[in-house]
Amino acid sequence: MDIAPYLLLATLEGLVQASVLMLTALGLSLVFGVMRVVNVAHGEFFMVGALIAWACGVYIPGPPAVGFVIGLVVAPLFVGGLAWFADWAVLKRINYNPEGTIVSTIGMLYIIQQFALLTFGPDARAVDAPFYYTIRTPWFGYSSYKLFIIVIALALVAGLWFMLRRSKVGLLMRATQFDKETAQNFGIPVDKVYSAVFAIGAMLAAIGGVLVVPNQQAHYLMGTDPLLLSFVVVIVGGLGSIPGTIAAAVLIGLSDGLLSVFFSPTLAKIVSTLLVAIVLVFKPQGLFSGKGARA
Amino acid sequence: MKKDIVSQSSLSRRSLLRGAAGAGLLLSAPGLIGRAHAQSGDAIRLGAPFHRTGIGASYGRWYERTANAALQLINEQGGINGMPVEMIVEDDGTDPKRGVEVMEKFATEHKVDAVFGHLYSHVVAATAPRAGELKMPYFLCSEAHTLASGAFSRYCFQPSITDVKSQVVSMAPWISNNLGKKITLIYPDFNFGYDHRDNMTAAIEAQGGEVVASIAIPPTETSFTRYMPKIPFNTEAIYHVMVGPAVLTFVKELGEHLGKNRPEIFGFIDSLEGVDMNIPQLEYLEGTYFWEAMPRYAQANQTEFDKFFREKVGVDSNGASLDDPKDIATYAHMFSVWETLFAMKAAMEKADYKGPDQKIDFLEAMESITGFEESNEFPQGDKLFNGKTHQSFGHQNISKVTDGKLDVVYRTTIEETLYPDETDYTQMSF
Repeated sequence: MDIAPYLLLATLEGLVQASVLMLTALGLSLVFGVMRVVNVAHGEFFMVGALIAWACGVYIPGPPAVGFVIGLVVAPLFVGGLAWFADWAVLKRINYNPEGTIVSTIGMLYIIQQFALLTFGPDARAVDAPFYYTIRTPWFGYSSYKLFIIVIALALVAGLWFMLRRSKVGLLMRATQFDKETAQNFGIPVDKVYSAVFAIGAMLAAIGGVLVVPNQQAHYLMGTDPLLLSFVVVIVGGLGSIPGTIAAAVLIGLSDGLLSVFFSPTLAKIVSTLLVAIVLVFKPQGLFSGKGARA
Repeated sequence: MKKDIVSQSSLSRRSLLRGAAGAGLLLSAPGLIGRAHAQSGDAIRLGAPFHRTGIGASYGRWYERTANAALQLINEQGGINGMPVEMIVEDDGTDPKRGVEVMEKFATEHKVDAVFGHLYSHVVAATAPRAGELKMPYFLCSEAHTLASGAFSRYCFQPSITDVKSQVVSMAPWISNNLGKKITLIYPDFNFGYDHRDNMTAAIEAQGGEVVASIAIPPTETSFTRYMPKIPFNTEAIYHVMVGPAVLTFVKELGEHLGKNRPEIFGFIDSLEGVDMNIPQLEYLEGTYFWEAMPRYAQANQTEFDKFFREKVGVDSNGASLDDPKDIATYAHMFSVWETLFAMKAAMEKADYKGPDQKIDFLEAMESITGFEESNEFPQGDKLFNGKTHQSFGHQNISKVTDGKLDVVYRTTIEETLYPDETDYTQMSF
């Protein structure tokens, strides 16, 4: 294949990956930024979202698009509820103690994963895409659904941005992130903000799972990779910084796409991990986190 | 409200404990039963380490059903040398470590006469050396070339299914004559895949063809679009084998990438065993070719032996379970369990085997066998057995996907599958 179409395909693959990564990493970053909680179970919320999308696709009659749209609504709601419950049942009880939350979210990871294994089973299951249309170029064909993922992800990120910057809920979140105790003194219900943030973070991961499942099949172990990549993105972008996370997601997604098409997927993973190490050594606060960049 | 939740949670904690205690009892029970049964002389006991769970679970399920059907038939016909045959099944989780543990359990706890039925090559590779150390006759239903290459011991045999090398050697001429001489290989990035890559590259070059690209795919990969650009435009035929559980995604993305003007495609059925061919996700495979050891769909010229075998294991003419048309058999492979049991029976009868004291006689009898006739006992076809390499050779089938079914278009002779011996186990000591 000539270099130009090759580059085009690699860029498209990179952008699709960047979009999903942006959603999952934003969830992780938001939770860390506001709550100072490192949520190791984040990938499992992604996985549960994908499993629900599969269930909707299989059990809801009619064209695949109907099941997909319902999945896109039900999955984040269910996963949001699950996260709300986990926050109430576990995180709140240990007062969001940093070490405690890491260990307890590891516990959540196993509980959710094994529960999925018990109910859903060990097989990978395919889900029909809501629409099949292949864009044909003279060199290769490309699934239009993948471009749709990019559009949805951009819309959601714009929505999240608007919520954080322009709405009252966003104001409360930012106030809590800035200084928890002062916020509490001003009558902000910090507890509720925490629960909401944890739920929203999980919902973003769940939407990522729903979007990805027509491409990848649902599987109970599928949460590991997005979790690792999200951590990479969040560290490179600067912990808790939303614009940094977005920039880093695009950077990592694109470099991953280009490297894995031109060279090998393994090399792409090596490079992104190396990038994390370099960032941690030379700019531990993250590549894109200036003082004013906190969301 | 709050009280409710608290009392519920304490209740479930108690029942959880109760459940854990129950599970502990259940887990220890099979060991007890096994020990109580282990006495020699009254019956022939065979250890069956099947892949009940893990990535080989769909194979394991059908291997077990096939073994049960074969043993029922053997016992109805009076057992082996007048003794009934019993099978003790252990789950190895398709896990090499667990495979070794199960082998030890068969040898020390269940004290079986022989072990049979392992499939996945990484499990076999781990278990075979231990079987040799324990001096346990070990009958493979796998496909790896490792046994015939001389890496195992005199205790290991593969009397029914052929190895990858023999399959590839016999496929290559047909592929290069009918599909094309410029081949792109797509294979899993581990041992089994390298067997295919190395043997296929050599075999296709011997035919005057050329491998234009070799694409290794990690077995855990979930998305394949990024590998597709590596398929050169001048490819005349794509050769794909076992891309892991995400095979449906692979086929869909291959279709998206290549579109209608695709090269010829030839695959090994392994990745689609247990998967219905007639589903929308696999439409792209229409008109492509597959290797099958035994044809999943009953052919127009179906033999009476194939009919008999299907009836006994409970499979219909589409290769699905008689009880549930959605439960697709691993039909191209599972005959090997059936035939292996009858091969063991033949060797035991030849040695007039009565118990583990005659183990060596039994193994030497196996080595002296030269082949099997196509029959109810060997429904896949006649076999040539090589006592030196402990490997059998048989007919291979090439099938074309037509209307969502597999139609056999070519059946090789046994001569086409042969290659020079690479080892002689009879020169090794027991």
